[in-house]
Amino acid sequence: MNPLSLIEKLGAACLDFPSYLGQLARLAGDMASSLIRRPLRYPLIGQQIVAIGFGAQFVVIVTGCFTGAVFAAQVYFKFSDFGLGSATGPVVSLAMCRELGPVLTGLMVAGWGGAAMAAEIGTMKVTEQIDALRSMGVSPVDYLVMPRAFGMFFSMPLLVAEATAFGILAGHIVAVNVFDIPAAWFSQQVLLHTTPIDILIGMIKGFVFGGIIVLISCHQGLVAKEGARGVGQAATAAFVKSALAIFVSNFFLTFLLNHFFPLGNGGH
Amino acid sequence: MEATESTTMDKKISENLIEVRGLTRKLGNLKIIRGLDLDVRRGEILVIIGKSGEGKSVLLKHLAGLLDPDKGSIKIKGREIVGLSERELNPIRRQVGMMFQDGALFDSMTVSENVGFPLEEERCHSPEEIDSQVKEMLTLVGMESHSGKMPINLSGGMRKRVALARAIITHPDVILYDEPTAGLDPIGAGSIDRLIQETGEKFGITSVVVTHDLNTVRIIADRVAVLRKGRITFEGNPNELKNSDKPFLRAFIEGRDEESGTADMSN
Repeated sequence: MNPLSLIEKLGAACLDFPSYLGQLARLAGDMASSLIRRPLRYPLIGQQIVAIGFGAQFVVIVTGCFTGAVFAAQVYFKFSDFGLGSATGPVVSLAMCRELGPVLTGLMVAGWGGAAMAAEIGTMKVTEQIDALRSMGVSPVDYLVMPRAFGMFFSMPLLVAEATAFGILAGHIVAVNVFDIPAAWFSQQVLLHTTPIDILIGMIKGFVFGGIIVLISCHQGLVAKEGARGVGQAATAAFVKSALAIFVSNFFLTFLLNHFFPLGNGGH
Repeated sequence: MEATESTTMDKKISENLIEVRGLTRKLGNLKIIRGLDLDVRRGEILVIIGKSGEGKSVLLKHLAGLLDPDKGSIKIKGREIVGLSERELNPIRRQVGMMFQDGALFDSMTVSENVGFPLEEERCHSPEEIDSQVKEMLTLVGMESHSGKMPINLSGGMRKRVALARAIITHPDVILYDEPTAGLDPIGAGSIDRLIQETGEKFGITSVVVTHDLNTVRIIADRVAVLRKGRITFEGNPNELKNSDKPFLRAFIEGRDEESGTADMSN
């Protein structure tokens, strides 16, 4: 590749990123303004809660179960070397509540719901349905983005809690049936070391990730380029960008939330 | 024929509903609209013609407030719309209906839900009132027996009829039609033309029709404007267009390429 062309591309990418962030900030501002000014469309919000919250049940439960089960096995394999196999329960529980539950649920919902949002809105964009909405004096942010945002904000914390619960339950099943950890011991240790704050942290992360998914995915739909290829690219970009944003924001959220709700004495 | 047209024109009120001055718009590096001036008079059917790619649809989207110009002024009922925010534009847009080229019907809604949607969004009508209005509009466009169908199950002509019903249900002051007869057979195209004329007369709606179909000009136009190289280069009634001796108009009417003199296959 021509070095000048490479520099040109790098320069364009550096200029595009602040512009992209600006567009996301503008969409977030429009959403805030919509929240203040416009009446809520409850039937559409209900539809989105069903689509996101109910529709994602299967993927979230499967993800939670197998993540909890595998994590329990891995923890036991290593911890038993140190005679700490019985600590499997609390480790699985805390990891599911604080990290694995919210992050993996976020990724699954980004792939399942976020890509669908981008594809739906993108299709409406390229078939002039969004122009038709605007020509009738209906804001696409009010009509298309806000119901999805409410659906996501309502569903994500609950989906995270569900994935976490199924993960701990699957970990319990593996620990008790495969590794012969007494069921009462596992449950007692989980309850002893897991506080409502740990569950709250996961749900807060879920709420934030929901906001990230809806913002990025709806934006990708609204700026989709012409044709089926443009819609496909919007859906792919919605997932990839949402996933990256979840990973990066999770890092900062972990430190921020640990500042307010410290886990043990770590860092002190 | 000329006397009838003259009488019809006399009935029109000459007040300008839309005034466009010095409209300029680039798309990418291409200057599509170059300092365009245009008046739309209340009650008339103005047909804007021009070759494909001349910017007819871009002009229409500017009139609907869907695109911002780079320069120039657009006044609707005396109110400047250039520079208004989306929220400020929304009440003005409700007075300007638009029928899109492929109908732009909402594909997740039935025909009757599509037609009733603008009234639902006004949030001041009872469900019974909306139902009755939807039935009336669907009967007017001959689509009453298709009210429960989804747009995907309709033909191109049917979609345009439903789109027309959706555009007129709020009785806007003006409706902008983007290629209303594109892709239709001559019978279907003629019936859409007649519907535009009838609904305009029935509800006193001003119509701006963008097309490259000369039959539409012949059947419904009170006035014709020709868009060429980003400007309106001709304005007059259909007879003046027909009798014009300007070479580019003769070439357009006769379907010849202006420069080479051969038949233009670009459309």
